Amino acid sequence: MSGNFSDIREQIRALCAGFPGAYWREHDRARTYPREFVDALTTGGWLACLIPEAYGGSGLGLREAAAIMEEIQASGCNGAAAHAQMYTMGTILRHGSDAQKTSYLPEIAAGRLRLQAFGVTEPESGTDTLSLRTRAVRDGDHYIVNGSKVWTSRAEHSDLMLLLARTTAREDAPSRTEGLSVFIVDLREARGKGIEIRPIPTMINHATCEVFIDNLRVPAANLIGEEGKGFRYILDGMNAERILIGAECIGDARWFVARAGDYAKTRKVFNRPIGQNQGVQFPIARAYAQMRAAALMVERAAALFDAGERCGEEANLAKLLASEASWEAADTCMQTFGGYGFAEEFDVERKFREARLYRTAPISTNMILSYVAEHVLGLPRSY
Amino acid sequence: MKVLVAIKRVIDANVKARVRQDGSGVETTNVKMAMNPFCEIAVEEAVRLKEAGKATETVVVSAGAQQTQETIRTALAIGADRGIHVPHDGALEPLAVAKMLKAVAEREQPGLVLLGKQAIDDDCNQTGQMLAALLGWPQATFASKIEIDGDSATVTREVDGGLEKIAVKMPCVITVDLRLNEPRYASLPNIMKAKKKPIDQIALADLGVDPAPRLKVLKVAEPPARGGGIKVETAAELVDKLKNAAGVI
Repeated sequence: MSGNFSDIREQIRALCAGFPGAYWREHDRARTYPREFVDALTTGGWLACLIPEAYGGSGLGLREAAAIMEEIQASGCNGAAAHAQMYTMGTILRHGSDAQKTSYLPEIAAGRLRLQAFGVTEPESGTDTLSLRTRAVRDGDHYIVNGSKVWTSRAEHSDLMLLLARTTAREDAPSRTEGLSVFIVDLREARGKGIEIRPIPTMINHATCEVFIDNLRVPAANLIGEEGKGFRYILDGMNAERILIGAECIGDARWFVARAGDYAKTRKVFNRPIGQNQGVQFPIARAYAQMRAAALMVERAAALFDAGERCGEEANLAKLLASEASWEAADTCMQTFGGYGFAEEFDVERKFREARLYRTAPISTNMILSYVAEHVLGLPRSY
Repeated sequence: MKVLVAIKRVIDANVKARVRQDGSGVETTNVKMAMNPFCEIAVEEAVRLKEAGKATETVVVSAGAQQTQETIRTALAIGADRGIHVPHDGALEPLAVAKMLKAVAEREQPGLVLLGKQAIDDDCNQTGQMLAALLGWPQATFASKIEIDGDSATVTREVDGGLEKIAVKMPCVITVDLRLNEPRYASLPNIMKAKKKPIDQIALADLGVDPAPRLKVLKVAEPPARGGGIKVETAAELVDKLKNAAGVI
């Protein structure tokens, strides 16, 4: 487990005990948002852990946030429904104006305002963020925005959305990374008036959406920081996201290893527990070892982030290693359970589907490898 | 009115307790510990009394090793105001704990002392009763409902075959049962606040308590393993088995 924070972990486990497998199976089957679980996390102040005390949060670091997310997953729950409420506000906190901070952060901390959607990815631009086409054009006190976003998670369950849009044409931008800006969009007002949200049915219950933007008027006061610097503003938020998702993968891996271990100890075939066979033992032991190693990287990345140091490499490695460790553990758990792994009532198949997401999102494994190759190892740029 | 709550750190209720190899007791090394569940109910009740304006301060006291402070912090995170830790390594018998609590009660002058009805480790169910006797205060045990009105408390007790309602004069000692309330989860802000709440340390000797045990544990053993069940064909066979094999009728 990364970090200790046993007081935090214990309370999270107690909270999660109220949301057993049957609760998640029900929402998974109906493809509905686990509102009761998200409400419980909100009421307990858990999603406000990264917001400074001055704005009504608990002022904790990413290490504590990671412990919370890890424990949620290790308890068999799914924090993906709410994790973005923790870190999306970071862009406002670090780059927003005082007026934006005082008007939004206390409301977000109290859970009255949900900011858990970030419109970045577009149908024509995946990880190549700089090629995004959504345009925001200044018009007096407003910007007029046109374009579309895809894979915008939780947009239907968020009051505010951060939106990344191009404010200066690519060819006119002073540098390759300039020309994008971040806006705060109030979805409560904007839906039906320039914003249309369409959920995308997926393999897992993830509440992800397409967002269509048609002549949306965004007040200029909702621009975060300086116009054109948006790309830089979202980068540190991406590190936080990767580290927290790494922590979630560690939690998932712990759940899979624990479930596989319990089953291997109790399931008897040929008059002996199947866990007595090394062919069953070793993959579980290996999954455990990989989980522990990845947890160290998650912890290291979170510690660097909290110290305000550069952590791009560690954040990426943490997410890569943790997502692979949880996937190994998921596959091992599935294999250990045999046919029962496919039965919904054991939760293994649901967790297995959910765990697969993090080899793809929020950034795919190959993109991380390419980052490491180019920026850490100095290999030639591939694209 | 001040409420004093006595709590105990025990093996976590979810952990399967194991007997030490030498039979001298239950293994506690590297075992997950937690607040005794009945004590948690007592803390919750004290906090609710304060929230309802019936209590002005809630003080939590516990004796035990250094890690006992973690358990006191848990109580502070539920909402208690401050803690008292009486350091002691090794076991304490109910009488020694009752004497310790009496000395603390004399210092703190609470209007009410709340305890769990028993601890899930040794199941003694003695400390509250002994404390009431030592203080010369009224006691109400196994409470499933507590109503405070001025200087008296009406307590619904869980007794064999039903419920009993009694009125006791305050100050008094009340031990709480399972159905009194459902303890809340500590919220993150309250966990953070609890870190800043004071925990005073008082030595057992300063309270004039001799911790020397008066009882000697001869042997601790695992309960016998449960045998498998059997199927019977007829009602007559069932009666025969109950009478002759199980010996219960």
